[in-house]
Amino acid sequence: MKSVRIGAGLGFYGDSWRPVRASIESGGVKYIASDHLAELTLAILQKDRQKDPNAGYARDCVPMLIELWPLAAGRGVKFVMNAGGLNPHGAREAVARAFREKGYKATIAVITGDSISDRIDDLQVRGETLAHMDTGADIGSVRERLLFANAYLGAAPIAEALAQGADIVITGRVADAALSLGPIMHELNWRWDDWEKLAQGLTVGHLLECSGQASGGNFGSAGEWAKVQNFLHLGYPIAEVSEDGSALLTKAPGTGGRVSFDTLRQQLLYEVHNPHAYFSPDVVLDMGTLHFDDKGDDRVRITGAGGAKRPDTLKVVAGYHDGWMGLGQIGFSWPDAYLKCETSANIIKGLIEERGWALDDINIEYMGYNALLGANADASQRDSLNECFLRMTVRTKDKRIAEGFSRLFPWLGLSGPPYAGGLRGSERSRELLGLWPTLVRREAIEPGVAIDVEAVA
Amino acid sequence: MKVGLWRIAHARSGDKADRADIGLFAYDAPTYEVLKREVTRERLAAHFADICQGTVEIWPLDNLLAVKIVLNAALQGGAARSLRMDSLGKAVAARLLRMEIEAPADLPRLSHPSARPRESGDPGPSKERTGFPLSRE
Repeated sequence: MKSVRIGAGLGFYGDSWRPVRASIESGGVKYIASDHLAELTLAILQKDRQKDPNAGYARDCVPMLIELWPLAAGRGVKFVMNAGGLNPHGAREAVARAFREKGYKATIAVITGDSISDRIDDLQVRGETLAHMDTGADIGSVRERLLFANAYLGAAPIAEALAQGADIVITGRVADAALSLGPIMHELNWRWDDWEKLAQGLTVGHLLECSGQASGGNFGSAGEWAKVQNFLHLGYPIAEVSEDGSALLTKAPGTGGRVSFDTLRQQLLYEVHNPHAYFSPDVVLDMGTLHFDDKGDDRVRITGAGGAKRPDTLKVVAGYHDGWMGLGQIGFSWPDAYLKCETSANIIKGLIEERGWALDDINIEYMGYNALLGANADASQRDSLNECFLRMTVRTKDKRIAEGFSRLFPWLGLSGPPYAGGLRGSERSRELLGLWPTLVRREAIEPGVAIDVEAVA
Repeated sequence: MKVGLWRIAHARSGDKADRADIGLFAYDAPTYEVLKREVTRERLAAHFADICQGTVEIWPLDNLLAVKIVLNAALQGGAARSLRMDSLGKAVAARLLRMEIEAPADLPRLSHPSARPRESGDPGPSKERTGFPLSRE
């Protein structure tokens, strides 16, 4: 039976591609599906583009391909990556420049048409409300502050780019799982209305889109996480998808980590809302009938995904300017570590009040006590900590206040409570972005999708 | 008896805009029945009262021995505008594992080495406790 092997690439902008080597060299993969865009990554890329119009893509795709392409090319391994971000052509230009310097050859496709930021008025005229998907709010409230707006495209343009001979496909925003579903559709020639097979393909793509999280990384548990072997050489997940839709999840031989029923079901439900209706541009997946058969030795067979017809709309996420954040931090050792942090927080609040600074929000966290656990921290430990760090953040419309906030902290070193360290008192302000998820009919977006294939030599 | 979820289940959490989502997983079928019965929307709302400004949704998944949990309006509007250190809600699952529920004392999972109650100063996982050599060893 015909099948295709796909290996996970990155799981976010900044992730490591070191484990991808093993998937290429000994994992038998034909494709690497690399996800560079978390939900907030476009916000980061937007800031890059504001500084430099040639930027706005995930820059890590260049060194990644420079290192991996020599291994991949000889084996016929292809890359599908959403590293294009807000500037897919810019990403290809950067890769092409680097390839020419090295003498590498490749056919590189660019997929565009996901960005709708310059079409907002046009879409509204055509009857798209662009109302907030969850709250129903009118987009008028953020219209003037919009910085980007991108639709999640599906697998079809990726499959088409591969059919046109691309070795490397660079996209902007696509559904993360489409990075795998595209090659699956290209290789296995399933019909685009075979919902159950598409649902299996979507399941595979979803399992691969967060790199090490499907193979033992971030295995959320007490005690059990420590059984995961050899984090240092953790292998990224690999899926072998067969023509009949069944899939085998595994990883390259000899690598660390673990692929099991436990590690895979954690990833399956990760960042999913209703598991009986997991929407993608290509199919709606029902996870309630999935069957994971753990064969041992890091091999899990997956069957049974439920599929329903693809939605008539595509999800769009827009980002808008939403003020500035200022951050300050100072730590204290025993004795009375927490009390000294609390005292410092009160001093800082007093300084803000004296200055009459207008803040929209203030956030006070005690690292070492409740910065991650919040109200679920064990209060009985509070007054006997070895050390504790005060972290304060503020949100304000005024950039100067955000910038000045951090500079309130150094003074505490000589004129506050004793035994301080870990000062962060000269932090830059950070622009905050709100996200605006909405739905747009696919006919309003898909005619604008373009595939541009070019040989780099 | 009162039992911390960390002793009998595992969990991972993530973010979608302002929504924190958690997968909660039983290690075995008897535990799954306890989770389905005890991990209710009301208890979750109370447990996460400090962060969750919206509704709580849950879906049990028999095929995965799992309960999918969604906390709406729980991330200060989303990671890109959050002031929190855990802007992405990655530790929300750890918060959930601290929740205490009522479980039968003879639940099989409770006799697993990783489920042993931890006292103050407990050294945590070890080769002896997990029955495995650890990554760090």
